[in-house]
Amino acid sequence: MAYFEMSRLALKWALTKPPTSRYPFEPRRELAGSRGWLVFTKDTCVYCNVCAKKCPTGALVVNRARKEWAIDRLLCITCGCCVEVCPKKSLELAASHGTPAVTKDVEIY
Amino acid sequence: MARTIIPFGPQHPVLPEPIHLDLVVEDERVVEARPSIGFIHRGLEKLVEKKDYVEFVYVAERICGICSFIHGQTYCQAVETIMNVAVPPRALYLRTIWGELSRLHSHLLWLGLMADAVGFESLFMHSWRVRERVLNIIEATAGGRVIFGSCKIGGVRRDIDAAGLQAMLADLGQIEADLRDLTKVFIRDDSVKSRLCGVGVLTRQDARDLGCVGPTSRASGVAQDMRQLGYAAFKDLPVEPVTHTDGDSYARCAVRCDELFQSINLIREAVARMPAGEIAVKVAGNPNGEFIARTEQPRGEVAYCVKADGTKHIQRFRVRTPTFANLPALVKMLQGCELADVPVLVLTIDPCISCTER
Repeated sequence: MAYFEMSRLALKWALTKPPTSRYPFEPRRELAGSRGWLVFTKDTCVYCNVCAKKCPTGALVVNRARKEWAIDRLLCITCGCCVEVCPKKSLELAASHGTPAVTKDVEIY
Repeated sequence: MARTIIPFGPQHPVLPEPIHLDLVVEDERVVEARPSIGFIHRGLEKLVEKKDYVEFVYVAERICGICSFIHGQTYCQAVETIMNVAVPPRALYLRTIWGELSRLHSHLLWLGLMADAVGFESLFMHSWRVRERVLNIIEATAGGRVIFGSCKIGGVRRDIDAAGLQAMLADLGQIEADLRDLTKVFIRDDSVKSRLCGVGVLTRQDARDLGCVGPTSRASGVAQDMRQLGYAAFKDLPVEPVTHTDGDSYARCAVRCDELFQSINLIREAVARMPAGEIAVKVAGNPNGEFIARTEQPRGEVAYCVKADGTKHIQRFRVRTPTFANLPALVKMLQGCELADVPVLVLTIDPCISCTER
């Protein structure tokens, strides 16, 4: 019944819920293990500069004297390398992908 | 009859990637095809001089957006062999699982593109519908949909716990049921068969002589699969190459359909035998030596030549990608075909020009 294979397939999936969602009308379903937005916790950071040294794209800049931690979101590839090396666990990757960067500003904390 | 040269690509509505072909045609029949590549060369191999050998895993993963994980894995295997690093067994099994998930999503992507190339757009959407669920598994386990980012020198970055493995198996069970219905259309539907059967026949001898790799060679009856080398966990998981003998576009489609189920079975087997323990070992020092690592990507064999001189930067790095190996076969297939079959034939080798040109 070669002629009806596609009809059966189309009918089967027409009656089931689509795997995609109507973004942006429906919020994106976040997966727990997803590597999303890099979140920085200022309170615990000791400005050791290890994250900036290990960042493969040079997206992080740490200034110990001024106690500043800066990230260029357009350079960050959310690889999680900085999260692994941070001795104080001040960095983590959220499951959410955050908001799109629309300017080339560097975020300074 | 007068000959005409029709330039085809690099920008063309039916081409997923930028390859240029000068098609010499007589009437509607192609008598010769002259490929030219190099439109998207990015100089990634030269980057080894800027990035240290640990950071370069990220670059290797970005050579290709579809078989990204296996690129990273092959690079890691080459450096680990040079440095005599014993990767923990659990890490090898996790690499195997992610590698097979990568193959699943690549083959499903190809099936969709093939359906699109033969003008079957609803089948294209249905193929990608199933692929979306595979991508969800990849994102839940590795963190990214396409760039896994989970392989590193000495092991892997993240573990999959028992609950995660069970959830993956449950999803794969549903995906397998969907794939049975989906592949039936590719294998049995008359409109698909009329575009694929007997088109671009590559004999077994030609496949051998032209150095074909992957599904392109297996569809011509050459039982060659780099997973038989026993890298990662494949030393414990025997892989029997999926072969067909017709050597036409339909056979290349059938090989990929069968490999989908083979990959699901391999993941099940790997989960069942998954050893406990560490997922990475600490790597100290710099590599010094030379090694060629070979693995089986969804498109075929990839070879990574890594030469290191004891510094933190790799001295020389070279990749031989499967698409590059299959281009001579493509030129052979195109000789004598109808002009309308060119997009289908270009697609049957599953071209990844970004890989090829790096």
